[in-house]
Amino acid sequence: MDQGFFLLFATVAVITALIVVLARNPVHSALALMACFLQISAVFVLLEAPLLAVVQIFVYVGAIMVLFLFVIMMIDVREAVLQRFLPGGNLPALALLVLLGAEMLVLVLSSDRFSVTEPAAMAEGDQIRALSTTLFADYLLPFEAASVILLAALVGAIVLARKESG
Amino acid sequence: MVPLWWHISLGVVLFVIGAAGVLLRRNILVVLMSLELLLNSVNINFIAFGRYYADFRGQIFAIFVIAITAAEVAVALGILVALVRNKSTLKVDDVSVMKG
Repeated sequence: MDQGFFLLFATVAVITALIVVLARNPVHSALALMACFLQISAVFVLLEAPLLAVVQIFVYVGAIMVLFLFVIMMIDVREAVLQRFLPGGNLPALALLVLLGAEMLVLVLSSDRFSVTEPAAMAEGDQIRALSTTLFADYLLPFEAASVILLAALVGAIVLARKESG
Repeated sequence: MVPLWWHISLGVVLFVIGAAGVLLRRNILVVLMSLELLLNSVNINFIAFGRYYADFRGQIFAIFVIAITAAEVAVALGILVALVRNKSTLKVDDVSVMKG
């Protein structure tokens, strides 16, 4: 049951990821990426991380992809549509990618540490409560640092995108 | 349950596809979207390991990755809008002013 669902979500995620890279029109890429994120959030549900699944949909599909679509709407994408890939000299990059993928897959498949089928039993009780206790107690400093980074990014994006006034 | 290496392999495949987008595509917008794909494939790994070893820190790290990604996209798209206003191009190989 779980395996069937996982295979379904993984197949659709890989197909939509390929569409992201291969599509001519950036709008099509953005929509395919949205579909891919939805599949990944379904995989998170299968991994019993419902909070992360919801955060994934809110932040990626709700915020980041809308930002992308706004920028696509603001700027003229027509002339960039004509050429999909960098002209010439793609062979070294392709060889590098094949090598990278083959290496990672061989390492994952040949190691016996990844063949666990039964996950370790989670502690009893409310998972979300335990997660947030860990987040806000043990990881309070990184959390505050992340909030400062988000504020800096907000201010930086406004300053960067503002029209020069003189 | 699904074996752990299925999740890891899904992460690997998505990572390679995203890296292909970053390395091969010409359009800056698609390059940025492929970067999102890269970060997401890493998130799958974090959460899968966190689940299979019953450790919350995988999920917590994934939350931080998502927060940093949101900041990165905001700044990157701000830079992109400023760039298009000055140079009116979306091709990565036209933006080589800092190239030696």
